[in-house]
Amino acid sequence: MIEIAGVSKTYEDETVLDDVSLVLPESGITAIVGPNGAGKSTLLSIIARLITPSAGAVRVDGLDVQKTKSDVLAKRLAILRQVNHVGMRLTVEELVTFGRFPHCGSRPTAEDERHVREAIAYLGLEALSGRFLDELSGGQRQRAFVAMVLAQDTNYVLLDEPLNSLDMKHAAAMMKLLRRAADTFGKSIVVVVHDINFASIYADRIVAMRDGRVVLEGTSDTFMREAVLRDIYDTHIDVREVDGHRLGLHYL
Amino acid sequence: MAVRALPAGSGIWGSAAGLILAAGLVLVLAAASIFIGVADMSVGALMEGGENGRALQLLFVSRIPRTLAIVLSGMSMGVAAIIMQMLFRNRFVEPTTTGTVEAASLGLLATALLAPALPIFSKMLVAALFALAATFLFLRFVAKIPSSASLIVPLLGLMFGGVINAVTTFLAYRYDLLQSLAAWTNGDFSSVLRGRYELLWIAGLLAALSYLAADRFTVAGLGEAFTRNLGLNYGRILAFGLCIVSLVAAAAVVTAGAVPFFGLIVANVVRMMVGDNLRRALPWVALSGAAFLLACDIAGRTLRFPYEIPVGTVVGVLGSAIFLYLLLRRRARFG
Ligand SMILES: Nc1ncnc2c1ncn2[C@@H]1O[C@H](COP(=O)(O)OP(=O)(O)OP(=O)(O)O)[C@@H](O)[C@H]1O
Ligand SMILES: [Mg+2]
Repeated sequence: MIEIAGVSKTYEDETVLDDVSLVLPESGITAIVGPNGAGKSTLLSIIARLITPSAGAVRVDGLDVQKTKSDVLAKRLAILRQVNHVGMRLTVEELVTFGRFPHCGSRPTAEDERHVREAIAYLGLEALSGRFLDELSGGQRQRAFVAMVLAQDTNYVLLDEPLNSLDMKHAAAMMKLLRRAADTFGKSIVVVVHDINFASIYADRIVAMRDGRVVLEGTSDTFMREAVLRDIYDTHIDVREVDGHRLGLHYL
Repeated sequence: MAVRALPAGSGIWGSAAGLILAAGLVLVLAAASIFIGVADMSVGALMEGGENGRALQLLFVSRIPRTLAIVLSGMSMGVAAIIMQMLFRNRFVEPTTTGTVEAASLGLLATALLAPALPIFSKMLVAALFALAATFLFLRFVAKIPSSASLIVPLLGLMFGGVINAVTTFLAYRYDLLQSLAAWTNGDFSSVLRGRYELLWIAGLLAALSYLAADRFTVAGLGEAFTRNLGLNYGRILAFGLCIVSLVAAAAVVTAGAVPFFGLIVANVVRMMVGDNLRRALPWVALSGAAFLLACDIAGRTLRFPYEIPVGTVVGVLGSAIFLYLLLRRRARFG
């Protein structure tokens, strides 16, 4: 369980997170949605101890992320940030193997290698595993990063816009894969998405943020309503029901 | 459970055979370096014993120390450069483009002025402290520049080094030490003698020691967020790396001098060929650093025989040619 208690973040005099309290359960998919600048990435980074909050605390399985040893947390929680400027010439396999570092340090065992192979296979990167990262397309590189984070094999996986630069097929495949990881391995996956329909279809819970606050916590049924969406996004989105899924026609 | 190393790369660059070949090349070049020179140093002359074994004496007092100094400098300067490139996350940094070597010289000058009686080892430590302080300052400063401006970093570093150098030169000029100063920052192995290069062993040892942290340096190269996500202490990796770099720079400055841009060239060529996984790249950097510096030194000694071209000049000409060739050659690789 991730407990976020009264977390705020201010830069100079700008408040980007305002007293956020939230509980994320031990398993299932939580989608975090909200307009640009709502504070989604900041919240994720604070949960993953990459940013120090100005006030409040985050506990993962009861461990305060600011006070717990980093290598202990690295076995429980993994994060992939929204933007990853990596100019390193590593092969996909090398990168994914580094995801095992919290478990094995510099000495991967057969078990670690199995995790690496599985993560690469999960993301459909087998054919590219010997390629250097700078020889991949943007979407392929994004999948390699996700593979690295999955190889870390933590109960909590935080993904900040993992669908970035993925094509339609791979975006849906990514969400299905996260669904499977949550269902088969009981992982808790927190994912920031901009396409509300992915949240609606694949997430167990939806957390909507705006202006540094959590404005809604609920399911697809409570979130996917025209009035709610208008409040969050300041724009009208038609919501239709298709095959039991609530979909927003935000292209119109 | 079987314990295995991180995945090796493809072909010769990942194989032990390639490394053994490179080590063999270093040995051949080292042998050549020992036997090429102004004074007759044929095996025959050695066996004869010459006039009271002069050739043999020359071998142990001058030739072997010189060759060892070159090997150790080449290894450690290359390793220092690639570590810096990971920590700065920039391909164009090395101890002579970040003010590190200049600060070490300033430190050495300070000891020459204030505590000339200090043993050379202590002088080196003071020089290393100056180097560490300057490099750390520069790193903190660079962290505030957006990462896209990657060429700005070495330019600023050269300016920073220039400023430190101006102070050093001014002091050296006032106290009549200009000649020593020139020797510190422009590598010259022609005056290496037994008893005057041994601190380079420390640099060589540190370069070897850095291999233990190879994976950590690679992770640091992925950035602070990746490093922390993997549960590693970014600050500690930074501190360890900067200590190695500063000590290597200081050891170079107090012995044969640093060779400008040498590590930059070696590290970049290796990174292009082998990739950036330091576990694989570090041995290559060490071996090719030694081989390249030996080759440059031999070239400098033979091209205008019996005169010597300074090794820094040869490194500059040969190095930039190789570097440009690799840069311009279109590389396509299919995995
Ligand atoms: N280092 C910083 N200094 C000052 N302000 C910042 C900093 N980082 C983020 N902000 C501000 O905090 C706010 C929230 O940013 P955040 O990246 O969390 O938004 P987000 O919800 O992830 O947006 P997006 O959907 O565009 O990714 C923004 O207004 C941003 O300008
Ligand atoms: Mg964001």
